[in-house]
Amino acid sequence: MLKKRKRQGIQEINAGSMADIAFLLLIFFLVTTTMDTDAGILRLLPPVVEEEVDMQVNKRDVYEVLVNDADMLLVEGEVMEIKDLRAGAKEFMTNPSNDINLPERRRVTSAECQQKIGEFKSYVASATDPEAKDAYQKSLEKWEEKLEAVKLLGDFSELPPNAVISLQTGSKTSYDMYVRVQNELEAGIRELRDELSKEKFGRKYTELDEKKDEDKALIKAVRLVYPQRVSEAEPVDVTKKS
Amino acid sequence: MSRFKDNSSKGTPAISTASLPDIIFMLLFFFMVTTVMREVDLLVKITLPEASETTKLEDKALVDYIYIGTPQAKALGSEPLMQLNDQFAKLDEIAGWVKAGEERREEVLIPKITRSLKVDKETNMKIVTEVKQELRKSNALKINYSTAQAR
Repeated sequence: MLKKRKRQGIQEINAGSMADIAFLLLIFFLVTTTMDTDAGILRLLPPVVEEEVDMQVNKRDVYEVLVNDADMLLVEGEVMEIKDLRAGAKEFMTNPSNDINLPERRRVTSAECQQKIGEFKSYVASATDPEAKDAYQKSLEKWEEKLEAVKLLGDFSELPPNAVISLQTGSKTSYDMYVRVQNELEAGIRELRDELSKEKFGRKYTELDEKKDEDKALIKAVRLVYPQRVSEAEPVDVTKKS
Repeated sequence: MSRFKDNSSKGTPAISTASLPDIIFMLLFFFMVTTVMREVDLLVKITLPEASETTKLEDKALVDYIYIGTPQAKALGSEPLMQLNDQFAKLDEIAGWVKAGEERREEVLIPKITRSLKVDKETNMKIVTEVKQELRKSNALKINYSTAQAR
């Protein structure tokens, strides 16, 4: 008897239940898995300003979007349906008919950029006050960026630096409506960028890859022409205003 | 002759299940790797609003969440409340929460932290605006309005 056992060696462990154990673990992970990646509308809030700065903003440079407590839209003083907001935002950004109530787009040419870069370079070199030097340096960088964009796009027209889409809501406005308005404004800008990119580079803006170096410059140029300018301004009670 | 008879009486042989555990293990590892455990228990009811122009938040490690919605416990009423981490919070607690979030991360990454607002779509803008003001005060400027994909 003993001899026989020894010859057989250690008995093999039954692996039949292995699948069951694995199944159990699998089901646990299946249940706990959340595959959703968070997506949404990204926004940058303006920093808090210490002292009240009375900014001189031309009325034509502001696209005023008000949403009241009943989720109704008032755009530039007129009642508007949400489906028209996208077209409205696009018109504000482009001002195709040179309307005096919409921001004036200014042409940027390569000659102008080069001249300005030369000017600011000499300012930076001659400035003694460090603060002034910083300011000149910033302007210089801005013009260099514009020159880059001109090289890629040809002469283009730019929005005035303080042109802005101002979105204000009442305190009882629903968040759903707020997001829908944000979405429409975003869509308007995205469509403009898509059109420009398609025309100049043969690809839509959304198809450009931020991770590729050659696309990075293109994205930057398109953004310069149609900047993201939705203001998350100081909340103003819409109901009190009117 | 007898050979053939033998075969037919046996019928089709059973499929070997020996490789079944391997297949299951493969699936198991896939889910283990992709799993992100839910970090918090939601104390508020949230149905996200829909939007089509969304950006994906790439780096989850650099996102902090603020939840706003009506509380799930009926005893707490139907006014929207804010949840930070695992508990309800008042507006003045945001500053501390932002600071704690910054201290957890490398210094260079601090400007890259996004605060994602997961807000129920029925909520009034009042509380959202107040939260945004608090975030501005504590210099947490990069925010995301979390939405569900439309269509």
